[in-house]
Amino acid sequence: MKLRYLPLTDSDRQAMLATIGVTSIDDLFVDVPAEARLAGTIPDLPDHASEMAVERHMAALARKNLSAGEAPFFLGAGAYKHHVPASVDHLIQRGEFLTAYTPYQPEIAQGTLQVLFEFQTQVARLLGCDVANASMYDGSTACWEAIVMARRITKRGKALLSSGLHPHYVSVAQTMAKFTGDDLAYETPELDSKTDSQKLIAAIDKDTSCVVVQYPDILGRIEDLTALADAAHAVGALLVAVVTEPVALGAIKSPGAMGADIVVGEGQSIGVGLQFGGPYLGLFACKQKYVRQMPGRLCGETVDAAGKRGFVLTLSTREQHIRREKATSNICTNSGLCALAFSIHMTLLGEKGLRDLATLNHALAVQAANRLANVPGVTLVNDAFFNEFTLVLSKDARDVTRSLADKGVLGGVSLGRLFPHAPQLGQGLVVAVTETVTAEDIEAFAAALTEELA
Amino acid sequence: MTMLKEGRPTAPTPVEEAHMAPATATGNRALMLEEKLIFEIGSTDTTGVDFAVSPAVDSRLGNLARTDAIGLPGLSEQETVRHYTRLSRQNYAIDLGLFPLGSCTMKHNPRLNEKVARMPGFADIHPLQPQSTVQGALGVINELAVWLIKLTGMHGVAMTPKAGAHGELCGLLCIRAALEARGDARQVVLVPESAHGTNPATAAFCGYKVEDIPATPDGRVDLEALKARLGPDVAAVMITNPNTCGLFERDMKVISDAVHAAGAFVYCDGANFNAIVGRVRPGDLGVDAMHINLHKTFSTPHGGGGPGSGPVVLSEALAPFGPLPYTARMEDGSIHLIEEENVGAEMPQSFGRMSAFHGQMGMFTRALAYILSHGADGLRQVAEDAVLNANYVLRSLDDVLDAPFGASGPCMHEALFSDKGLAEGFTTLDIAKGLIDEGFHPMTMYFPLVVHGAMLVEPTETESKAALDQFILALRSLAERAKAGDEALKGAPYHAPRRRLDETLAARKPVLSWIDPDLAEAAE
Repeated sequence: MKLRYLPLTDSDRQAMLATIGVTSIDDLFVDVPAEARLAGTIPDLPDHASEMAVERHMAALARKNLSAGEAPFFLGAGAYKHHVPASVDHLIQRGEFLTAYTPYQPEIAQGTLQVLFEFQTQVARLLGCDVANASMYDGSTACWEAIVMARRITKRGKALLSSGLHPHYVSVAQTMAKFTGDDLAYETPELDSKTDSQKLIAAIDKDTSCVVVQYPDILGRIEDLTALADAAHAVGALLVAVVTEPVALGAIKSPGAMGADIVVGEGQSIGVGLQFGGPYLGLFACKQKYVRQMPGRLCGETVDAAGKRGFVLTLSTREQHIRREKATSNICTNSGLCALAFSIHMTLLGEKGLRDLATLNHALAVQAANRLANVPGVTLVNDAFFNEFTLVLSKDARDVTRSLADKGVLGGVSLGRLFPHAPQLGQGLVVAVTETVTAEDIEAFAAALTEELA
Repeated sequence: MTMLKEGRPTAPTPVEEAHMAPATATGNRALMLEEKLIFEIGSTDTTGVDFAVSPAVDSRLGNLARTDAIGLPGLSEQETVRHYTRLSRQNYAIDLGLFPLGSCTMKHNPRLNEKVARMPGFADIHPLQPQSTVQGALGVINELAVWLIKLTGMHGVAMTPKAGAHGELCGLLCIRAALEARGDARQVVLVPESAHGTNPATAAFCGYKVEDIPATPDGRVDLEALKARLGPDVAAVMITNPNTCGLFERDMKVISDAVHAAGAFVYCDGANFNAIVGRVRPGDLGVDAMHINLHKTFSTPHGGGGPGSGPVVLSEALAPFGPLPYTARMEDGSIHLIEEENVGAEMPQSFGRMSAFHGQMGMFTRALAYILSHGADGLRQVAEDAVLNANYVLRSLDDVLDAPFGASGPCMHEALFSDKGLAEGFTTLDIAKGLIDEGFHPMTMYFPLVVHGAMLVEPTETESKAALDQFILALRSLAERAKAGDEALKGAPYHAPRRRLDETLAARKPVLSWIDPDLAEAAE
């Protein structure tokens, strides 16, 4: 048997066994109890396959999916289709980035470390914060870690979750809170152009650790966060802002500028691609004074023995490999390569490109919203929005998205999919419009929707 | 045509050593190019992308337009490619050579996997598309799940955890949910002294009190001490097998039986599964939950620190409590995603969702391509070659380096050495930094904690004998220099892009983002 990823030959193996001083490979597995040693290969599983055969099998599976590029495409709700320049994917496939480990040996990892330093700076500036870490798993887990961090800072256990927070993020927090004992207040959203910020302000009290608010929210609404921040700060609570569409921050005020103490987000929009939900990229930033309570890896500037500038992982006394059960988080492997993709894409954009991109997203979204609101049986919920808005249809939106898909149109995310236990939201449809959408796509969507609702 | 035969000879003429390497005006050294930060070379009005002109519309941004300067520099495409290409060349990587980080399983990353993950049918689909449009993607998840269950001899698998530590969290949440379902509020998780730091961190994150289990002199869990500590307050024991000393826990089944008899569960850290894949099934050893690092055993790239993927295989007792969502194959052959909506009937005891969407799809496609390439027979060979390579390193060096458990028999997939016998003042760090000059990434240093000055070497199965021999030559030379007290070793590395870096300074005065010099000056 010759396997293409295994370089040892049989004569190598024999020579090595002789060096070790044993006669067979089984002699190296003597510590495994005899009853647990498998005599042969595991039954009911196929043997090895050629590169060509594997590619054929995987391609057949890939063909069973309708990819976003093949259809008029309007899905968002926490994952967005943006154009990723070709050079991004080329660069992240450089073997020195792709096949490196976490930069524990900084003398031979300055490439990764400098990128992380640049990434942290880009993220902090985009979100309007002082410092950012080197990434988390995704937006939803970053959101939970922010709630935990607010608990550590305020020593209070009650978090108020806005009804505009992505329901998956709410689910993740609720799952974890069942075990940690954190008290989470949350209600499903209402189909209203106004968010629940007034309710949240009224609910803040001296037991509140933080208010968690998404911006733009799950229905695409945007509202100034300043009053919420002030109300939280007045009783010593923190404002945690969640951004699932970071491109928005090329057009609208940053959460940090409106007083948010911790800003987390999903960075997938920039550089990463849809990938059926993962791997994505958690963004995590905060005010300078909270940096030692932050989870995750941090890269910092220093000098080497010859006085040259260099970068290292730092403040690791917060981390699990040093602090063990006293760590600020258990996260170890994060999303390094996705952070690289984000950083390269952001460098290609620059501030000018980001603003142009955001302007284009907003303009197309306004055009689409105007067009779709003219379809009989459709009402637009939002006043203000960036590139995503909510429609109320005259029919169950979940059925409509399925029928549209059968017609080759991927027409938004139904609130029925996101909030299966809230029948009052069943006719809601969240529609995202990015630079990848053409005028023809909008027309095709409107036509299919008109037919569906007739 | 007459050939010009008077070529210019390029053979170097000998020069005084002092003249070999004068400083250059740029700081560059031929192919080793210094590269400034994007904040020093870019500008906010430069961009490497172009977009269509936006149509004129009435803004719907309310009063929220961003008017402040963001401070994000841009570069042209050419400058961007050059910036990141130059930076990449300051990294060591598996593509360059042997990467013997113990516990990290730095094996070759096959490029077929990259090609497959980029097929538009996988890379360009949205997680919330109607299920009828993503049957192939759900098929990948399901097919990989079946492989992981059969390879481990377990009952079910939770596919959504995003890395090893997230998988640990998933396993412990299953255990806690199972205990609570029977009204049993146990508070303690036992963790061996030699465990990965993520184990105690995870247990604490789920609200458990963590207690250490001591190790025996031969580097294994102290069975008698463990049995003595088991009781009605113990929820779980977290064990790594093969353990972090590179040894198989011979008493694993006995441990599992004792833990189960005490009403607790066995969590196995599967970081080292590469040593036994295809030869041993954790399910046969009584394990209740084990995460599998797809970025270790199943070859998905580490990417400079992620993304990973940490599916968790579960025993029959724990499987009903696993997280949402998961896939199920229906009688008609279609594959359904079980989410919040339909979970009531399917899996009423699920502890809930632990991340948005459905897990690390991009890692699933890569891991499945790798698994199919090797097949059941090839994966067994993977474990055998990984163990063979580690033992070859161990026995080729145990005359010059102290191997604390070398006398107790073979190791599994990693060879453990200590700093015992090095000359006064010489440390594991010196040997590690010396390896950099020899063209290798260092081994894992100072871990596991149970061995003084630990050096944990995991060559993996994708190294040739020639590569191992060169590594052994390098490490032997360094060991001899450290034993002989060669002071020059303390200055290593000399040939890397940077000399030893000042980590103390970095932690004392943290500089975590770029500050424009004129702003910094103004602030002073």
